[in-house]
Amino acid sequence: MSKFKKKKKGLPAVNTAALPDIVFMLLFFFMVTTTMRETSLQIEAPSLPSATEIKKLEHKSLVSTIYVGKAKDTEKFGTGYNRIQLNDKIATPEDVPTFILRAREEVSEAEIPFMTTSIKADKQASVGTITDIRLKLRDVNALKLSYSTQTGADN
Amino acid sequence: MARRDTPEINAGSMADIAFLLLIFFLVTTTMNVDSGISKKLSEKPPPDYKPPIIKEKNIFEVNINRNNDLLVEGEEMKVEDLKEAAIKFIDNGGGIGKPGEDGTPGTACDYCEGERSESSSDHPNKAIISVQSDRGTEYGTYIKVQNELLKAYTVLRNRLSKQRYGMLYTDLEKRYKDSRGSDKEEFKKKVEDIKTSFPQIISDAEPTSAN
Repeated sequence: MSKFKKKKKGLPAVNTAALPDIVFMLLFFFMVTTTMRETSLQIEAPSLPSATEIKKLEHKSLVSTIYVGKAKDTEKFGTGYNRIQLNDKIATPEDVPTFILRAREEVSEAEIPFMTTSIKADKQASVGTITDIRLKLRDVNALKLSYSTQTGADN
Repeated sequence: MARRDTPEINAGSMADIAFLLLIFFLVTTTMNVDSGISKKLSEKPPPDYKPPIIKEKNIFEVNINRNNDLLVEGEEMKVEDLKEAAIKFIDNGGGIGKPGEDGTPGTACDYCEGERSESSSDHPNKAIISVQSDRGTEYGTYIKVQNELLKAYTVLRNRLSKQRYGMLYTDLEKRYKDSRGSDKEEFKKKVEDIKTSFPQIISDAEPTSAN
């Protein structure tokens, strides 16, 4: 008779043995998609201007980025918004051709015409600096240019 | 001598470790897509290059001074009004266009809806927008101006594309990118057609410098 009274109380524990598998899967996804920034910024992260008529930059390996903005090391470089960073150091417009030629060495010859230079400049930078860069780019025939912007609200 | 069973390793905290790593990568991942206003620079002219003579009426002059004020065709203007002014200029169609590369004579702009004024641009493919800025102009303003000018072209291209192909130019471009095979050729032709009808001719004049 006592056999009938033996009722199991409480919920059975949920099997969580597969949880690590799921988490690992997610982990690997993020590990693979993560791209670490290979250059450390010597200037303060530029606050990009916003625009609506923008195009996506494709082929990341063919893009070389020039940063323009305020130097982090204000004692050495002043507080102006017109410092140029190439690779990982502060440079002058005169260094731009070398920078572009270096970047060209890394890609095959057929891809050189598709190389794009992306200028990430702070809103408060002045056009003069950008023009200096542009003239230097023209000297080395790096004609594809992209002014990096945020996606702005349409108005 | 029976071997003792190795005790099972407690894997209960494995999930915790994995979560920790997961959260680290979640935080450090940046999935930003780089985007911006793209521009094609003109090639460096040879030293003995003489610039072609362009009629004054085919040039739309935009000046930005060091206080970020705009002077458009000799008049002060706000950035918000620039788009309309540019549309009016490009879409004027007051004369005949550039002759084709194969020697065919230029034709009048039959898709323009502007005023066809004598004193404004002849044809969209002749209409040049020249932006001159001061060295001290803020980059943000410069981009804003470029953006407004590009917007003007987008409006015109959208209008023409809607008339000819029943869809906006922006959609047309997207379809072209997504399509495959024979469709791609067809869309390419359409895109090129719109592009050549309203070519983007924005030139950057050498900046002025007061010092």
